[in-house]
Amino acid sequence: MTAALEIEALSVRLGRRIVLEDVSLSAEPGEVVGVLGPNGAGKTTLLRAALGLQRRAAGQVRLGGRALDDLGDRERAGLAAYLPQERRVAWNMPAWRIAALGAAERAPALAHALALEQLDALEIGDLAERGVLDMSGGERARVLLARLLVSRAPLLVADEPAAGLDPETQFLALERLRAHADDGAAVVLTLHDLTLAARVCDRVLVLRDGCVAGAGRPAETLTPELLSAAFGLDGALIDTPTGPVLAAARKRS
Amino acid sequence: MRLALILIAVLAAALALSVVFGETSLSLAQYADAFAHPGSAAGEILFRIRAPRAVCAALVGAALGLSGAVMQGLLRNPLAEPGVLGVSAGGGFAAACAIALGVGAVSGALELAALAGSLAAGAIVAAIAARFREPETLILFGVALAALGGALTALVFNLSPSPVTTAEVLSWLQGSVANRAWIDLGWALPPMALGAGLCAYAATGLRMLTLGEESAALSGLPMARLRVAAVAGAALLTGASVALAGVIGFVGLAAPHLVRGSVSDDPARTLAPSAIAGAILLVIADLLARVIPTEEELRLGVVTALFGAPVFALIAWRAARSWRA
Repeated sequence: MTAALEIEALSVRLGRRIVLEDVSLSAEPGEVVGVLGPNGAGKTTLLRAALGLQRRAAGQVRLGGRALDDLGDRERAGLAAYLPQERRVAWNMPAWRIAALGAAERAPALAHALALEQLDALEIGDLAERGVLDMSGGERARVLLARLLVSRAPLLVADEPAAGLDPETQFLALERLRAHADDGAAVVLTLHDLTLAARVCDRVLVLRDGCVAGAGRPAETLTPELLSAAFGLDGALIDTPTGPVLAAARKRS
Repeated sequence: MRLALILIAVLAAALALSVVFGETSLSLAQYADAFAHPGSAAGEILFRIRAPRAVCAALVGAALGLSGAVMQGLLRNPLAEPGVLGVSAGGGFAAACAIALGVGAVSGALELAALAGSLAAGAIVAAIAARFREPETLILFGVALAALGGALTALVFNLSPSPVTTAEVLSWLQGSVANRAWIDLGWALPPMALGAGLCAYAATGLRMLTLGEESAALSGLPMARLRVAAVAGAALLTGASVALAGVIGFVGLAAPHLVRGSVSDDPARTLAPSAIAGAILLVIADLLARVIPTEEELRLGVVTALFGAPVFALIAWRAARSWRA
């Protein structure tokens, strides 16, 4: 099976500052891969470089088995879709029209239907006609997530899809991403909530200062040692009946 | 669709009024005479003076309205307008040079200079748009270009030995569609049509930019090409209208706002109605300029700015509200 995303030995520099150094990551169809790490670790830069939005100093990126640099705009859009962290929407367009932008190359009627389907799945179907600037930040975030899901790309890249959502909606949003993975998409997302990451991700990549601090299955990767080294936390993932939970406090030095 | 029909009906009415009313009041018999014998004195007034003038106002208004809608969509900024990228300042400077060098009296030379100046400025901005995708960068370059164009125009005043030049340039800069003949429209149409075509081509890209540069970059649309098409299209439209009528502000700023709410804020669907709304605004402004009884006929740019400035303030007020959201 061809990986939806392969990143090999990626390095990114901004001026003289090293933002990412020798980072490798892959995502297979059906997988949810979490990119974790403290603020400024290079998570967003990694996603942007994976999609060709950030110049690479070194390393290879392949989408669907094809070198990123060989892909045209259309081909790349057919292989990957992106939900940026930036949630600013310029105009007060109705929610369904924003969501339908994810399927801009399809027939308008189909794009409309796909948009309504995803808004319904994210439980904001009743807001389909409302202007996105007349919504709360969390509602708008769901509309933008719907836009990502409407694309039906084989690789879905989401930067902080859970940010700004209430706890129940965080679960809902990640459930939807998981469902798309179960349907054969590869999902790469960044998360700050390690409890959510441990529950939804098949694999995680932990970054610290632009370098890989750990990678693998969440339960085996998010060890007390890594929590301490990468996040400055004193704690552990605890198994509970509903799933793993992070129990931790700030490390006292 | 309904919006377009309403706007077209209003435009038709405004054009009709514009041909019927003017400085010279005609009797009913004279109107009848004009339609029966287009060659009569009344016919001359209606079809050789008023009609081309009204159509010219409509064309310039449509070009500015469309160009403003494209600029607002491209820069994702409700306060953007055709002049924001320095295109009209380039046209103004070239026209000032033409007047100062004394070639302004040669038929078509002034217009050609204004068009060339606008397009030169437009080419610079288009090259920048191809290289940088952030709207802030484009705006900053545009502000710099506009300031340079303004300073160079002032330099022409400064160095010109004759106060007549200054008066002529100033009067031209204030904009007018007076004394336009059908032939003037003939040469302005091709650049306007080409500009409108480029804008139509860029429309889907403008819609996608609603979500920001990065989402648009991954939408599958050839955004680099669409961005250049939008800038080039807006520059052609602005340049042709500056050449035809001088620098006219506020129409390009206000027209998109008048129609945006009726098309669900969609930047792509704003374009056509915005063009028609711009045409209506300028035809009415020109009608006002003619019928308001003043010693010297009001300049078109003065009328649009007088009515436009309050609109600008209102837009800023409303935009501030949406930025808080």
